[in-house]
Formats: sequence, structure tokens, C-alpha cells
Amino acid sequence: MEALLNILQELHPEVDFAAADHLIDDKILDSFDIVTLVAEIDAEYDVAIPAEELLPENFNSAKALYALIEKLQDE
Amino acid sequence: MLTNVLQYLERTVLRVPDKLSYASEEMGLTFQELSQQARSVGTRLYRDGIYKKPVVVFMAKGPKTPAAFFGAIYAGNAYVPLDEEMPRHRMELIFETLQPAAIICDESTRAIAEEFDYHGKIYTYEEICEEPEDAAALSLVRAKQLDTDPVYIMFTSGSTGVPKGVVACHRSVIDYIEHLTEIMRFNEGTVFGSQTPLYFDASMKEVYPTIQCGATTYFIPKQLFMFPVKLVEFLNRYRINTICWVVSALTMVSAFRAFEKVKPEFLHTIGFGGEVFPIKQYQIWRAALPHARFVNLYGPTEITGVCTYYEVDREFSLEETLPIGFAFPNTEIILLDENDREPPLGEQGEICVRGTGVTLGYYCNPEKTSEVFVQNPLNKCYPEIIYRTGDLAKYNARGELVFVSRKDFQVKHMGHRIELGEIEAIVDKLDTVRRACCVFDGVKKKIALYYEGDISALELTAYLKEKFPRYMVPSQVKQLDALPLSLNGKIDRKLLKQWYEENKI
Repeated sequence: MEALLNILQELHPEVDFAAADHLIDDKILDSFDIVTLVAEIDAEYDVAIPAEELLPENFNSAKALYALIEKLQDE
Repeated sequence: MLTNVLQYLERTVLRVPDKLSYASEEMGLTFQELSQQARSVGTRLYRDGIYKKPVVVFMAKGPKTPAAFFGAIYAGNAYVPLDEEMPRHRMELIFETLQPAAIICDESTRAIAEEFDYHGKIYTYEEICEEPEDAAALSLVRAKQLDTDPVYIMFTSGSTGVPKGVVACHRSVIDYIEHLTEIMRFNEGTVFGSQTPLYFDASMKEVYPTIQCGATTYFIPKQLFMFPVKLVEFLNRYRINTICWVVSALTMVSAFRAFEKVKPEFLHTIGFGGEVFPIKQYQIWRAALPHARFVNLYGPTEITGVCTYYEVDREFSLEETLPIGFAFPNTEIILLDENDREPPLGEQGEICVRGTGVTLGYYCNPEKTSEVFVQNPLNKCYPEIIYRTGDLAKYNARGELVFVSRKDFQVKHMGHRIELGEIEAIVDKLDTVRRACCVFDGVKKKIALYYEGDISALELTAYLKEKFPRYMVPSQVKQLDALPLSLNGKIDRKLLKQWYEENKI
């Protein structure tokens, strides 16, 4: 989880990612961030997020995103 | 002969009044409604004495936004599209240049508009779109309008820190749209899925052919460009058959392998531009849509949209580059070397454009205008203005034009044109920064900013976010003890870039 928070923090230093839970709805993350995140997550966790998991609900909070990573690691 | 872009709308509304023109998920306007609202807005502006002035349209992207554009033109003005997400600082710079006579906003943007340092009129679209039209007044305006009068002013990055407003006239827009429609084969059955923001000239590829052909444009919610499967589902839901997107939007879909999950069912025409389309990504699109037409559309804002095109007609290997192709009809591309002469065939030169598409220049900026809108150096006999793009290109063995690189420090990022100098100029204004320099990584598509000073990278990033739209904010901001300097004391950009590439910084 810490590595993921670091990745997010580097994209948006001003956001409190431990607390924010409307990252998409509040337009904090944009398409540029998503592209970066998917690449960085692949590098850090060796997890390729498939297209069908690219959904707003999976990116709205660091927690949701981490849950997705864990789920994909288990598969 | 057509002399006014509104004639497109006037002809189409007679033919298909009840057909859908522009639509979003929430609402749509028929051509009849579009025409009525545009005429109402025009009537109101004219009655209030707003004539031959810049009119800022500051609305969320939606079906009513083009109606506001056309309303401004009905009253004899030029419209200036601004983005709701543009930072305030940038808007104020634009306002300083523009001194607009009026702002048209909508209910969602009104509160922001009222905070501007601006004392002119602010209209809310919903309040003025149902005024009874004054047909006599609108005819009076039209009788005095010429095809050399401005249609719009669109702002683009300027290296000195101030955005430049490109002014285009009716004749240029008509010349562009007539040829674009012919090349792309747009018609009444065309259903566009619009991606680009309306303050960006690329959006004209949908806005004008829609009123010209009686086609329909769906504005795609920006959010969907993060979620490719949902995006393709949107295309299918609205039976979208034509898209003209920037390359970064197309590659987002292919790189995330959305086509393994869902394929566009109706899509048959794909225009792309803004950047070079990587062959690998293009091949994924081609494999998903083997029968679709793919057309590369190249051109800067200063020549009204597009000046060369290439319909992909053969296989490409991964090492090759898709050409930008051939000059648009009624447009000539001249390549010029550093001595303003035409280089031998096959050697590179700067793309210079001759034709009706060349715009009128930059608004209230004769100095910048005269740098790039210049007398054709090959013509010593009479006045003839060409536009120097700053893009270097050469012809390949097939006689197709191929983009090589930029002459200066302008980069293409997420389909947007950015002068690295504009970012540096704003950073240099800070007392806490001694020197700053940007590096653009063309492969990873990111901007890195290096600086010397007493401000933390975090604070500097926050400052940049206030000043610039998102696509201009460097994705990496790093403090250095010292930037490399060349012998004459200037920042050594080449060395800095080399350090970056060698992972030394």
C-alpha cells in the first residue's frame, strides 16, 4: 500500500491520498494519471490491469485501487 | 458562393429541421432549435451594441456551446472559446490581450466568470437563448459581413509566457471544411464522437461539418477517456461511425487492449492528428477495424486546422513513420531551408503554407505575427503571405511528406501544443527561482522541469498547477544545485537533456 501511495503522491503532491475517496468524481485524476498509474503499478507490483478493470470505482480511492491490485495478484 | 459559415446552418435547417445536430448524454438540439437559439443570442448581443468585438464563450462543453458560437457570429462578432477547466491566471492573461466585449457563460460557469478581473457584460446562455429574434437586425449585420471577417480567435501556447490568439476568417474556415468533408467523405449519415475540447481548433472537424452536412455530433464525456471499455461502449450505444481524435486518445484505447473486450460496431472513419501515431498502436486499431479508413490530418491552428492529409493505404513496419502525406486542395506546402530556398528533393526543410487557409495572424500582437506570417521569400513580385510552421519535414521516395522534428522548443503533449519557453517564463517570474529549464521526453511523453532556487519541488508544483492547464504541468519537478551552462552563460539545454537521458538527474 505504501508504494502505491508514493506513486500517487508523486502525481499529485497536494492530495491526501490516504483520505481522498472521490479521485475520479472530483476530477483529481485525469487520463494522463491513469496511463501513468497503470504503467507504474505494472512496474511495482508486476500486475497488468486489464481493460475491463479500468473503471471509475476502481480508481476513486487509493484503497479501492490497492484492493484491485491484491485481487489481480491472487488470480 | 458561400461567404459566411452561418450559411451552412441556414441551408441545413431548411433541409432537415428536426434532425439532431449536437448532443450529449443529457440533451440534444435539433437543427431547428440550434438555429433558433443562435439567432436569439445574436439578436440580444446586437441589440446591446456588441458588434465586431471578441465574445468569450465560457461554457461547459455541450450542445449549447456551438449555438453560442453561432450567436456571436450572427451579431457580427468573433467568438473566443475558453475552457471551463483553464486556470484563472491563464484566462486573465488572455483577457488582457483580448479586452472582450462580452462573456457568454452557462449556469455551471457563471460563478467563476464573476470572479474575473473583468468589467464587461456577462450573459448566461439560458437567459438569452429564447429572446424573440429580430430578423431585420440580423440581415443588416449579414449585409455588412465579409468573408474576410473573423469567425473566431483561438489561443495557443506562446513562448514568452503569454498565449497567442489566432484569428481565422470565414473564407478560411469554409475553404477548410469544404475540403475536409470531401476528403473524409462526411455526409448526412455521419455520426461524430467528439473528443477534443472546443477551445482547440481540432474540434472544428466536427462542429462545422455537422452544420454543413446535417450530420450529428455526440460530445463524449471527458471522463470516458480514462476508461476505454466504457468509451467503446459509448461509441456503440450512439452508433458513432466517425471520430477525429488526437493520437493520445486513440492510443489510450489500444494500449489498454480494450478491443479484446469490446469492438466498435459502427465506426468506419478515423481521423487522427496532433502527434505522430505510433505504428504499433495503429496496427492494433487496424486489426480491430480492418475495413475502416484511417486518415492522418496534420496542421497547426495558424492555417485553420489541417494543411496536409494521408489516408493510410499500405502496410507499415514498426520502424517506419506514418507520413503526413499531401497538401490539402487549394493549399501549397513549400519547404524552405535556413537560407529561405527550397532544399533538394528528399532533404528536410521547414513546412511553410500558402493558401486561403492561412489565418489573419495573432490578435493584438503584430510583433509575433510578423515573425511567422511572412512574405513568401520565393515571390519578389507582389504581396503574398505564407505561414512558417516551425515544423521540419522532408519528402520520402513516394513523394509523401514526412514530419521530422521541430525547429524550436515547441512540443506536442497529449495532443496539445506547448512552448517549453512558456512554462519556463512563468517559473522564472518567481523570486525564489534562479534558473529553470524544461526537458521533454518524446518517448515517455513527459515534461521534466529542473530548477535552481529556494523553493521546494512540492511548492513549485502547486504553483504550476495554479498557473497552467493540466497538460502543461511538468510531471517531474526537480531541484538541482546547478543547471549546466554553456560558454555564453545560457542554460545548456542539450547537456541537460543528455543528463536526463543518461539518468544522471
